[in-house]
Amino acid sequence: MNNWIPFRTIIVKEIYRFVRIWPQTLLPPAITTTLYFLIFGKLMGDRIGSINGSPYMDYIVPGVILMSVISHAYANVVSSFYSTKFQRNIEELIVAPVPNWVILAGYVSGGVMRGLLVGCVVGLIAMLFADLTIHSIWISVSMAFLTATLFALAGFINAVMAESFDDISIIPNFVLTPLSYLGGVFYSVNMLPGIWQTISMGNPILYMVNAFRYGFIGVSDIDIQLSFLMTGGFIAVLAIFSLYLLYKGTGIKQ
Amino acid sequence: MKALSIRNLRKTYNNGHEALKGIDLDVEAGDFFALLGPNGAGKSTAIGIISSLVNASSGSVSIFGHDLKKERSQAKSCIGLVPQEINFNQFDTVKSILLNQAGYYGTPRQLALQRTEQCLKQMDLWDKRDTISRRLSGGMKRRVMIARAMVHAPKLLILDEPTAGVDIEIRRSMWKMMEEVNQQGTTIILTTHYLEEAESLCRNIAIIDQGCIVENSDMKSLLARLNVDHFVLDLAEPLAAAPVFDGFKIDLMDDKILEVAVPKESGLNELFKQLSGQDIRVLSLKNKTNRLEQLFMDLVDAKTAGEAA
Repeated sequence: MNNWIPFRTIIVKEIYRFVRIWPQTLLPPAITTTLYFLIFGKLMGDRIGSINGSPYMDYIVPGVILMSVISHAYANVVSSFYSTKFQRNIEELIVAPVPNWVILAGYVSGGVMRGLLVGCVVGLIAMLFADLTIHSIWISVSMAFLTATLFALAGFINAVMAESFDDISIIPNFVLTPLSYLGGVFYSVNMLPGIWQTISMGNPILYMVNAFRYGFIGVSDIDIQLSFLMTGGFIAVLAIFSLYLLYKGTGIKQ
Repeated sequence: MKALSIRNLRKTYNNGHEALKGIDLDVEAGDFFALLGPNGAGKSTAIGIISSLVNASSGSVSIFGHDLKKERSQAKSCIGLVPQEINFNQFDTVKSILLNQAGYYGTPRQLALQRTEQCLKQMDLWDKRDTISRRLSGGMKRRVMIARAMVHAPKLLILDEPTAGVDIEIRRSMWKMMEEVNQQGTTIILTTHYLEEAESLCRNIAIIDQGCIVENSDMKSLLARLNVDHFVLDLAEPLAAAPVFDGFKIDLMDDKILEVAVPKESGLNELFKQLSGQDIRVLSLKNKTNRLEQLFMDLVDAKTAGEAA
């Protein structure tokens, strides 16, 4: 069977879903990040001065963009796939001759699309507050794409394993948000005292934020190659685990 | 050609419940087949395995010659499933539900649009194509499920209690639709609790109970095995006691209602002859139960009695 048609069907359905409910999906990040830029960037940033040679506003913009990409790529897949499970219309896909990898690719692509679209919206808003410079567009774009893919996969796993709506909010609230805030979005890891620097090195989001930021200001606390390798490695592990869950039918088959 | 061939199919759930105990079943292409059984007998488990919603513990399933494990994609392409519960996205329009389903089966867009129109017209839903599905009535939702199952033109349509909870008018219109679909060459497997439905629509039948197939034959020969018909007679005048006739078992249910077991070899003429002989006037008569229902209960009761012994 031609797998392109089912893949396209899933991804179009996913894009249509988050565009249809844009007041819930695209508007909130625009408002939240405007507040970030106003409060942290303008009001406090002017007093903080510069970090790693960049004005504070320019320094935090890439991190805020990537933080939005992360949370929305994750949220899109976890809410969409869990709703599909909850309403039992996941059965449409299980009964149909759609290979597991197409189901995974379709949902993850939907999450990536929303993550990147929200990233663009936040980037446009950032342009109102900062003079954005681009050091390497390809590093930023590829890291945004890989980060969105990674967290869309994580959202998929969360949705597959969730048994209630509570289960899909635990990871974003208690894992994702703290890791994002502690991932060097608003500060350089070099500003932390010794032990906290070491602990921060265990936070994968730190690597992604730094690589993404490098694409804008050309400065990073972390080795860029290591960031790409780590993100790629996580993607491979989560993709294999997701396919295993689908093969076993965890949470969706008896 | 066999539309469905099941061999030694077993399913034991994680809680230890053995839902299927090694069933064998064949359904010929073009058949209208009834799979009956009491609640918890294993019907839905069997259908779940055929449609890949449930993982089998062991055994094999082949659909139009394609093994469900080895030729998964080809086997799945042959099936259209109408599940018991409404399971489409209630926020989608009727048309998009069918178009998405066609897409999952790899149907090109233009063909998908044509088939969507054809199926919605056949199910009398074309004027509801742009309606959000949660706003439809229960009967319409059931018809959307049938239309959705047919949009990729499956060779085997599995209907799991498709008329549950719908009123008699809609049920009869759905019977007509199912008959038309079958006449167009689609093999149909039907599970239902309305045995009248199975008796009037299906040519072959299997009865499953406690995870085993207890009966598998054609409808005519199964019904021919029924030796006794039970009738309820409304009388013109009240009786003090049930009359006693040779060859008939008669109970007085009310002073003007008799329940009579009529053996096939005696027949109704003999009964009425004896009633006339005692000057008992009958106003009306009706079957106490549907014939298939009687057989179904006999078979299931026999299985239960066998287990108990």
